Formats: sequence, structure tokens, C-alpha cells
Amino acid sequence: MTPPPSDAAIRVDRLAKHFDDIVAVDSISFDVARGAVVALLGGNGAGKTTTISMLLGLLVPTSGELEVLGVDMLRHRYAVLPQINFSSPYVDLPKRLTSRENLRVYATLYGLKNARARIAEIASDLAIEKFLDRPYGELSSGQKTRVSLAKSLLNEPTLLLLDEPTASLDPDTADWIRTYLKAYQQERNATILLASHNMTEVERLCDDVLMMKEGRIVDHDSPRGLIARYGRQNLEEVFLDIARGQPAAAAQ
Amino acid sequence: MAPLTPAGRAAGFYFSPRRVGAMVLRYFYLIRGSLPRIVELAYWPTMQMMIWGFLSQFLYQHSEWFVRAGGVLIAAVLLWDIMFRSNIGVSISFLEEMWSRNLGQLFASPLRPYEWAISLLTISALRTLIGVLPAALLAIPLYHYSIFDMGLPLIAFFANLLIFGASVGLAVSGLVLLFGLGAESLAWAAIFAIAPISGIYYPIEVLPGWLQPVAFALPSAHVFEGMRAAAIDGVFLPDRFFWSVGLNAVYLMLGMGAFLLAFRTARRRGKLLLMGE
Repeated sequence: MTPPPSDAAIRVDRLAKHFDDIVAVDSISFDVARGAVVALLGGNGAGKTTTISMLLGLLVPTSGELEVLGVDMLRHRYAVLPQINFSSPYVDLPKRLTSRENLRVYATLYGLKNARARIAEIASDLAIEKFLDRPYGELSSGQKTRVSLAKSLLNEPTLLLLDEPTASLDPDTADWIRTYLKAYQQERNATILLASHNMTEVERLCDDVLMMKEGRIVDHDSPRGLIARYGRQNLEEVFLDIARGQPAAAAQ
Repeated sequence: MAPLTPAGRAAGFYFSPRRVGAMVLRYFYLIRGSLPRIVELAYWPTMQMMIWGFLSQFLYQHSEWFVRAGGVLIAAVLLWDIMFRSNIGVSISFLEEMWSRNLGQLFASPLRPYEWAISLLTISALRTLIGVLPAALLAIPLYHYSIFDMGLPLIAFFANLLIFGASVGLAVSGLVLLFGLGAESLAWAAIFAIAPISGIYYPIEVLPGWLQPVAFALPSAHVFEGMRAAAIDGVFLPDRFFWSVGLNAVYLMLGMGAFLLAFRTARRRGKLLLMGE
């Protein structure tokens, strides 16, 4: 009998990843509600990319439990991968293929019924039509970010994992992308987990923030809640407080 | 929010020719997009064939055995190229993913590692055909030798060498996955460790006695012995054929097993997201 679907899009329980003596992620637990936009924040080496890799099934945890869209990710990840997608500056697309060819390959991998129409639609949405037929390796970093984002939205994912989604984009394009992502999330009630160093982006897009430091989740609240508790003006100041080990004002 | 359907759950556990096709398409785009690449595929086999073709012509004039043996050296070099091209066809296509830092994208998609491996075998066969066919055809006007005169045994030789080369390619790709791009020269070098004991240009009996059993543990040694029998004596040796098929089944399983094991280890060590140039 199929168990009822969990109301959490992501359910993480005591998840840990060790690389020999290095503890990259140290027994973290959190839930992300379906339809929520949650940020994973932390300095370099905090464990954000490792956590996202485990959520995608690219990395096997050392211990813990991981459920995505109601499916045990450690045992049945292929049942849920068609409904997930991601974009990250740490991965690339084949440089010698054109953007259109790359999107067509991924559309086929995700089993899209009408790949041509979907590619045209997403290319129009993200304004990448002009360089669809140029080799991906010849694009500017901003153009690559948009193509990578197009790839991550091809299969209309229910869960979208984004690592620095607006990296390398000029402020105008970045703002436009954020508006697009917000509209996408609201139209489909999609869940978005994003790692970003852009605090304005996080304040604008996210319902919740998970603050990571040295592999642990050290705080968790809405952007406004965090700003209020730390007695700060904005999320960037909260980030600096946490990175430098300052306790929340409310806790003092 | 639509819950994950039973069909969606079941989708996790099957083989998809469509996904294999997607990966073959990806490698096909790569070849199609570059004329120098297409030319290069055929260039080396053609040059090799010409060198050995002229050497054969020289030897015909000075050796009665070679007169009797016909185009055995040309056949040998063409068949060796099938094994070599099949091997690097797998390795190079694999390395393309590492060079382009694409592994993370691929394996966050529903693609299974065994589907990827099958796509590598498929594209390797296509690359081998593109590479070796022009050289085989060119040997006909240049040296009045047609490897196609071997008939059906040629298909048996071709298939066996293709599979063996690809099996070695899969195992080597697994090693590169584990040890990173620092080990990429293995992709070109590994097959040459097998060449001296495969009896490509000489019978296995010229090897030292202790080395002969090692040679006959390779499908390639049986194929080249069979090739000489077909080219010189015009006979097909079924025992050589069945040995090579049986051994190939074992090597293919070992190659695939090594590749999948390396993939599992890479997932555990976090290499899929971080591997690249």
C-alpha cells in the first residue's frame, strides 16, 4: 500500500556527511513545506552545496534520513528525480553543444512529450532565443546562467534547487529573473530551496531561512524574524553576526 | 500539489531506451558540430592502414610467406583499429562529460549510470565505424585488398573486438572517475598494455610459453588467431570464435561492473558535482 504523501517537500533528519576526518554536514534536521521558498545561507564551507548534493542524490550521506516529495531519497531517488531540477555554478553544460542542443538532450532525458514547444516556451520566457543556436561555451557568464536556469525549469519541476541563481547577472536581469522565479513558484505552488550570498534576493524571495555554519544549522526563521531577533536592519547584518559568532539580540 | 503517483514511483526502476537515445544524441551533436573531429576519426586508421599496406607490398616482394598470406597485415591493422577505436570511443565520450563538468547535471536527472554506460558503448560503435570504414574501403583501390572478402567471419571479429575494446574503455573510465582527470592518460594508454599479447601481427606461439595462457585469456588473441586462419588458410575456426564470445561476456560484465562500482564510490566521495577541468 502506498503511504500518504508527506506534507513536507523536503524532510531531513539527522543528515550527516563526513569526508574522512572532515565533517561537511553535521547531523542536520529540517523540513521544507510544499510550496515554500527557503534559503540555505552560510559562509563558504558551511555545508550548503553538500546538503544540496545530498538532496539531489549526487552524494550519499554518511548517516541520516532524507525524504523528498514524500519519497525516501536514499532508496528510491529515481522515482522523484523527474520532478526535481537544479541549477548551480559548480556544474556546467557541454560547451561545444549549442544551447538548443543542450536543452534538447535534457528535455529527452526528462522525457518531455513536446520538447520543441517547451524549449521555445522557456527560451521566450527567459529571453535566450537570440543565442539558442550558439555554442554554450561561447556565451557570456550571464547568458550561461540564463541557459542553465532554462535547463532547470525544462521539466517544470515541483522542487527546484538553486545554487546562486542570479550569479553573474547584471542587476536588471537578476531582478527580472527573481520576478520570474517568484511567478513560477506561485503559479505551480512549487517548492524552491536556494543557496545564495545575495541577501537582498533572499529577503525578497524567501519565506524561511536556514542559517548554516560549519556543517550545522545554527538558526532558522523567516527573514523578518531573523532581522528582528538579531536587532538588525537587514539580513546581511544578521549573516555577519552569525558568521562572526554574535548571538541574537533577543537571546542576550 | 499533485502527490507522487504510483506510476511515478515505478518510473524509478526501469531501463529507458529514450534516455540512452538522449545521451547518444548528445555525443552525436558533438561529432556533428565539428568537421575536424569527423576527419580526425578517420585520419589515424587511414594513416595506419597506409603504412602497413606499403610495408605489406614491400614484404610481398621479399617473402614467399607473405605472398601466401595475402593482406594479413592490412587485416590485422584494421581489426586492431576496431579494438582501439572502440576503446577510446568509450573513454573519450566519458571524458567529454568530465571536461565539461556535466556529471552533476546528468545525474541529477533521471539518467541511470547503466543507461549512460550503454550510450557510451553505442556511440563508441558509431565512432569506430566512422573511423575504420573509410580506411577499409581505401585499401581496396590502393592495395587490391578487401577485408570484406572474409565474409561472415569478419562480422564475428568486428563484434568481438568492438565489445572487448569497449569493455576495457568502461573499466578505464571507472578508474578516471575514481582518480580524477589526473588519470585521463589511462584512456589512451591502457589498451596498449593488451596489444603485445593479443597477437595482432604475429601468432601467439611466438610469445614465451608462460605468457601464452595469459594471451589466450583475452578475447582479442582468439580473434587475431581466427583472423589469420581466415585470411591465410581461408578457414573459420569455431573454437576460437566461441572462446572469444565467452571471454567477451566475462570482460563486458567485469567492465560494466567496474564502471558501476566506480560510479557508486564517486557518489559516496562527492566526485559527481566537483569533477571537472
